[in-house]
Amino acid sequence: MAIYLIVALDVLNGIASLFLLCLGLAIIFGMMKIINLAHGEFIMLGAYATVISANAGVNIWIAMLVVAPLFVGIVGLVIERCLIRFLYGRLVDSMLATWGLSLLIIGIVTTIYGNTQQGVPTPLGGFSIGSYQSSYYTLFLAGMAIVTMALVYGVMSYTRLGLIARATMQNPAMAATLGVNPARVYMSTFAVGAAVTGLAGGLLAPVSGITPGMGGAYVAKAFMTVVGGGAAILSGTMSAASLFGAVNQVGAYFTTPVYGEVLVFTAAIVLIRLLPQGISGRFFKGNL
Amino acid sequence: MPIRFRLAAQAVAVVLAIVAIALIPSTIELFAMMQLTLFAAMAVLALSLAFIWGFGGILSFGQTAFFGLGGYAYAIAAVNFQDSTPSILLAIVVPSVFAAILGYFIFFGRISDVYLGVITLTVTLILFNCVNSTSGDEYRIGKALLGGFNGMPAVPTFNVPFYPDQVLSPEQSWWVTGGALLGVFLLLRLLLSLPAGRIVVAVRENEVRASLLGYDPRKVKLLTFILSGAIAGLAGALYVNWGAFVGPTIFSLSLSAEIIIWITVGGLGTLLGPVVGCVLIEYIVAYIGSQQAMNSNLVLGAVLIVFVLLLPKGLVPTARDLLMRLVPAPGPKAQLAEERVPPSAAASHMAGAE
Repeated sequence: MAIYLIVALDVLNGIASLFLLCLGLAIIFGMMKIINLAHGEFIMLGAYATVISANAGVNIWIAMLVVAPLFVGIVGLVIERCLIRFLYGRLVDSMLATWGLSLLIIGIVTTIYGNTQQGVPTPLGGFSIGSYQSSYYTLFLAGMAIVTMALVYGVMSYTRLGLIARATMQNPAMAATLGVNPARVYMSTFAVGAAVTGLAGGLLAPVSGITPGMGGAYVAKAFMTVVGGGAAILSGTMSAASLFGAVNQVGAYFTTPVYGEVLVFTAAIVLIRLLPQGISGRFFKGNL
Repeated sequence: MPIRFRLAAQAVAVVLAIVAIALIPSTIELFAMMQLTLFAAMAVLALSLAFIWGFGGILSFGQTAFFGLGGYAYAIAAVNFQDSTPSILLAIVVPSVFAAILGYFIFFGRISDVYLGVITLTVTLILFNCVNSTSGDEYRIGKALLGGFNGMPAVPTFNVPFYPDQVLSPEQSWWVTGGALLGVFLLLRLLLSLPAGRIVVAVRENEVRASLLGYDPRKVKLLTFILSGAIAGLAGALYVNWGAFVGPTIFSLSLSAEIIIWITVGGLGTLLGPVVGCVLIEYIVAYIGSQQAMNSNLVLGAVLIVFVLLLPKGLVPTARDLLMRLVPAPGPKAQLAEERVPPSAAASHMAGAE
């Protein structure tokens, strides 16, 4: 019995972290149709911001929940102004430029901090179910995923800001006619997407090995979850993250973590083949 | 008349390339020649993506999947047979078959650009993860131990066809690799001047119009994809022959990125550009690696961003445009001659600079 609980917790953990990892990318892709291949590096920057400020004496919670998103959000803003805004509507070029950006960020961080692994201790303790150990941090991650989701949903559905964002997403030209400045909406969207990604990096910092190249492990996963999820930011990302997160953890439980990943990638390919518009293109049309 | 000029210019360029390839071993040092051999193998890889992306309009983020499969197919076969003749063939056949299966899935499912990028990227990662986890004695194919993360050391290098005892010297390896580069270049050039190549370009330009004219874009794209996979596989075999080693990093995403950078820098839509870009970038990377002053990722990233933003056409087309503007009267011929500068001429400039 206890083992099933533990596997269930693992699945929950997998889904929550995947959702957190993908949300920023989904916001940027869903609203701006920009594929940000530097997404993994935004995660890495969030993790570094957390580790460095925590090691400098900042409270770990503040480092994770405030410093990381703030720092990466500002970085995102600068990048949007200097690079991304020239590339709207040029999908392939934006992919290439952000890929270059990802290499550049890896290079800068390696030059400053060296190619060594950093880390912070995991806060909150552990608890045991039967003879198995688990940590409260897993539950915290799941809680954070729900809070983030609720926050994004609330902002998008009930505020004027969200209304403007949704309008621009649906029809930029019409929104512009009605007095909205799409350039400014895109700028803030990119910054918000980056901040959410930074938050994910901060939250995952205590449970992952932090190196300059760590983003590479996430970007493909995030990329395929967002594409598999389709255009709807929340429902698409949530459904795809649930599917792939569960497949990954269950596959890893029955075989090895490596084959768990292989299984996810295969599932992603099959999914894209069956539902070229993504899950939300088929089942949650018109949802957020 | 211009056509005759053009043919003559092309013939001269090809002869020059052959002479350059033949003479390089006697003019430069062994180390530089080994480096050129590596660059030539990589340039074949560059050509494989240059063809499919520049002329077929298909941006594959996972060209290293075929490159790696070719490399591993060669290594496994060479260890088993102890003869490179069938191994090179296998290094071409295995990736082609893989490309055929994957391509069928992609093109007949009418999967669009972004999704194609995701799928090729994921497939590369799957291969990387799988091969990376094959350490241990239980993972062996025939006599070949896959070795997981550590890769396969001491892979037999090329030998004279059907004479396993006569292993090629570094000079002969260079001739084979340089010759393969020239061969692939000419093959693609020839293909693009034939009706078949024009259909490939037509599909890139306008899929609907091409299909209304009676061509099946899915089939055309699939064949393009297979040919490109075969060339990448050959490049893999050449690469393994250069280092006598193959490891899972051959599937790495950073190499995939590098191929795209070569083409962006050299010029998309040309065959010469990617070769120039490849040699240039690889030379810079090797130089940075020996200096240890700067991080190669940093430089590559900056180069890619600068080119996408400021010089999106790439070096070769930009140079050609400049040349056209400088010399207006004999423009067409100068342009063609410029376009036809053989790859190894660029390589020999590099060698001269050392």
